[in-house]
Amino acid sequence: MSFGSGAMTNSISEIKDCKLIFLIGGNPTEAHPIVGLEMKKALRKGCTFIVADPRKIWFAQHAKLYLPVKPGADNWLLNAMAHVIIAEGLENKEFIKTRTEGYEELREFVKDITPEKASEFTGIPAEDIRQAARLYATSEKSAIYYTLGITEHTCGTDNVRTIANLALLTGHIGKPSTGVNPIRGQNNVQGATDVCIPNKMPGYQDVTDNAVMEKFEKAWGVKLSRTPGATAPTMFERMSKNQFKALYVIGEDPVLSEPNQDYTIKGIKNLEFLVVQDIFMSETAKCADVVLPAASFAEKDGTFTNTERRVQRVRKAINPVGNSKPDWQITSELSTRMGYKMDYPSPKEVYDEIASLAPIFAGINYARIESNGIQWPCPDTKHPGTKFLHEGKFPRGLGKFFVLPYRAPAESPDKEYPLLLTTGRTLYHYNAGTMTRRSVGIIHKTNDCFVEVHEADAKELGIFDGETVKISSRRGSITARAEVSDKVKKGIIWIPMHFAESAVNKLTKDAYDNITQTAEYKVCGAKIEKI
Amino acid sequence: MVMVPKIKVNIDGKTIEVDKGKTILQAANSIGIRIPTLCHDPRLDPFAACRVCMVEVERGKSNTLITSCNTEAADGMVIRTDSEKVLKTRKMVLELILSDHPRDCMTCERCGSCKLQDYAYQYGVRESRFFEKPDGGIIEDENPVIQHDTSKCILCGRCVRICAEVQQDYAIDFKNRGFETETGTPFGKPRRDTTCVLCGQCVSTCPVGSLVEKQAVGMGREWEFKEVKTTCAYCGVGCTMYLNVKGNRVVKVTSKTGSIPNDGNLCVKGRFGFDFIHHPDRLKQPLIKKNGKFEEATWDEALGLVAAKLSEIKAKYGPDYIGVMSSSRCTNEENYLAMKFARATIGTNNVDQCART
Repeated sequence: MSFGSGAMTNSISEIKDCKLIFLIGGNPTEAHPIVGLEMKKALRKGCTFIVADPRKIWFAQHAKLYLPVKPGADNWLLNAMAHVIIAEGLENKEFIKTRTEGYEELREFVKDITPEKASEFTGIPAEDIRQAARLYATSEKSAIYYTLGITEHTCGTDNVRTIANLALLTGHIGKPSTGVNPIRGQNNVQGATDVCIPNKMPGYQDVTDNAVMEKFEKAWGVKLSRTPGATAPTMFERMSKNQFKALYVIGEDPVLSEPNQDYTIKGIKNLEFLVVQDIFMSETAKCADVVLPAASFAEKDGTFTNTERRVQRVRKAINPVGNSKPDWQITSELSTRMGYKMDYPSPKEVYDEIASLAPIFAGINYARIESNGIQWPCPDTKHPGTKFLHEGKFPRGLGKFFVLPYRAPAESPDKEYPLLLTTGRTLYHYNAGTMTRRSVGIIHKTNDCFVEVHEADAKELGIFDGETVKISSRRGSITARAEVSDKVKKGIIWIPMHFAESAVNKLTKDAYDNITQTAEYKVCGAKIEKI
Repeated sequence: MVMVPKIKVNIDGKTIEVDKGKTILQAANSIGIRIPTLCHDPRLDPFAACRVCMVEVERGKSNTLITSCNTEAADGMVIRTDSEKVLKTRKMVLELILSDHPRDCMTCERCGSCKLQDYAYQYGVRESRFFEKPDGGIIEDENPVIQHDTSKCILCGRCVRICAEVQQDYAIDFKNRGFETETGTPFGKPRRDTTCVLCGQCVSTCPVGSLVEKQAVGMGREWEFKEVKTTCAYCGVGCTMYLNVKGNRVVKVTSKTGSIPNDGNLCVKGRFGFDFIHHPDRLKQPLIKKNGKFEEATWDEALGLVAAKLSEIKAKYGPDYIGVMSSSRCTNEENYLAMKFARATIGTNNVDQCART
């Protein structure tokens, strides 16, 4: 990619010292509340905020500059900012010369992407785009923070690279409190990606690399396939075509979390055998042939890796509830039964095996992370871990500028479905809600699905605040309580993703980013009707 | 890096060097001298409300008593933290605070971790010469997680300040004046109808039993809880927190300042979103579907069936017709084993999780 590795370039502790934060497609006060608190610290210390989001979120209300960008049009905003930086001579010439490549192509490309043109697509005044570019380029310590508002698009990867272009243009990378930072959604997204993806062995080693595969074959005593495997979306595609026969699901609820629920359920029904391992009877578990009861995080030992690449301990506080067992134990027993012996005495030995096979974790073990955790890369047991990435050099050598023209979302509002539906998280609930909806304190604040509608749209549709309405897309419909305000822009509606009875993934489209295969949860056409 | 200039101060006869800009309290803490504090929380700006952190500073011929939490250490300062004058003053300050505080430690939830109780014990304050009947009591509020008892409040302002300075939610503040002063929501509104987000940061900072975790009331005494340090299982920030366990039950979740990366802060999910652990809906036994209905099975039967079916499908169609979907909710070790299971046991690279979303 632009730098050569994908993770937060800085640490959470560096946030408070930022001089400028450009927050785009993220709502930390709700989705990552403690990162939100660190940003509030920065705000108190005088940090300038530029916030680009279709919703007037907390930080939008406290920002120096709020850019109400239309969902799916981020590319225009970012490229126009690059245009302004170059046109006004605000680029970091020294940095571009010594640390990057592809600058000429980018300069040529963004020449025509004027703030005026971008304004038409994004709905942001041209002068505000100029102002944002100037502030970002000229601040002493500028950091960009983004989350799924940037990535959950068919052009998600393009968006990330367009963000990286800005950092490379200005040299705002590789220094404390200065960088490009995706904030990871779930507790162990970083860790799961580090060790469990179809085209890489743990620690981002290629499955097509023979030397790598020989190392694993030797350690595991088994012959391994060199063909990159199917991603989750590909598995569902093959299921729908009846080209997939069995699925072992651990702690996931694809029926509720994959886009286009009907399609997912149909695919699962085509399977000959489905086994689901979870702590609750999830929507997916209901479809299973066998359900295995797993232990919760309070009932097991292990590690999670947070958004700043910190490997941290999870510790067993109580015995597994009922007859449940920790996932690591279930998988091991199943494997042994199938003829491949896994007999780890505890998760500690599993981690030691990971460290012995993946160089970026080589220096990490349970004794070293007893008190605080260590941030990878950590190549040996003397290494203190890595606080921020890309100081002096990028993993791929030179940072690369990408020329990325705008690509429209897979589905835009039209006559029949005139509203633009976008989705997200609230403070009180978490993903599919299986945990939070069973917590009394949390359901005290919110326990029903709602749809945010702009006042003007509500007036046109004749709907009132608090009224239950029907929301439909080409794929299905749900009902939810209308929350009428000016929080969202006119023409846009927003629905949280936590409520199974009003599952918003019945509406969202199963269109994916061409590289990461992340689904476009953030844009589709929809309509609202009175009931 | 900017070099911070150093200054020299003398504390209890020891001369030390500290960074300019440090308070007397921080300077003393840096050499292990503990000064009592009630209104101080390192996450907050100094407030100097409780007055128990008084120290004696030499000023020419006469010495001065000053609060150490908000006074910057100055070069050449000579400080006593344990002189007779200091101890006598602290005792009286504690008496004044206790004058308006119920003496019902035997039934108080904070008993055992209450700072006021600790200091009263440490300084031998059994009675208060100023005793009055404390005003207030438990505020009636439907919220199931935060219990606020205004009679126990010592007006240190930590709850008010953490809500304003750290959370910036401004849901609670001081109201009334003089003896009537208490903390609470605007117009005594229920928390649900205010800007309160039920994060419980006020509970985490309260040094006495005024703000406590409602779910833990009556569930055990502080010294009965085993504190297990762990990492929160909700979002990707990875906050360090402590599960307080009694028997085989998680009773409450607490946090400590100085912890990485959250410095003792937690959100509503981390602090109060733990009751799913003991929810009756938890799956407790393996289930096998027979004629469209789930029936309970033993581990032996369930794992035997899964192993047989997966082996059969692998033999019939080949390993690439099987997939493993793991979770970013599971540990690294579990994801690694799921990956190894797919690759080594089944023989396919079809292994993924939802991490891209």
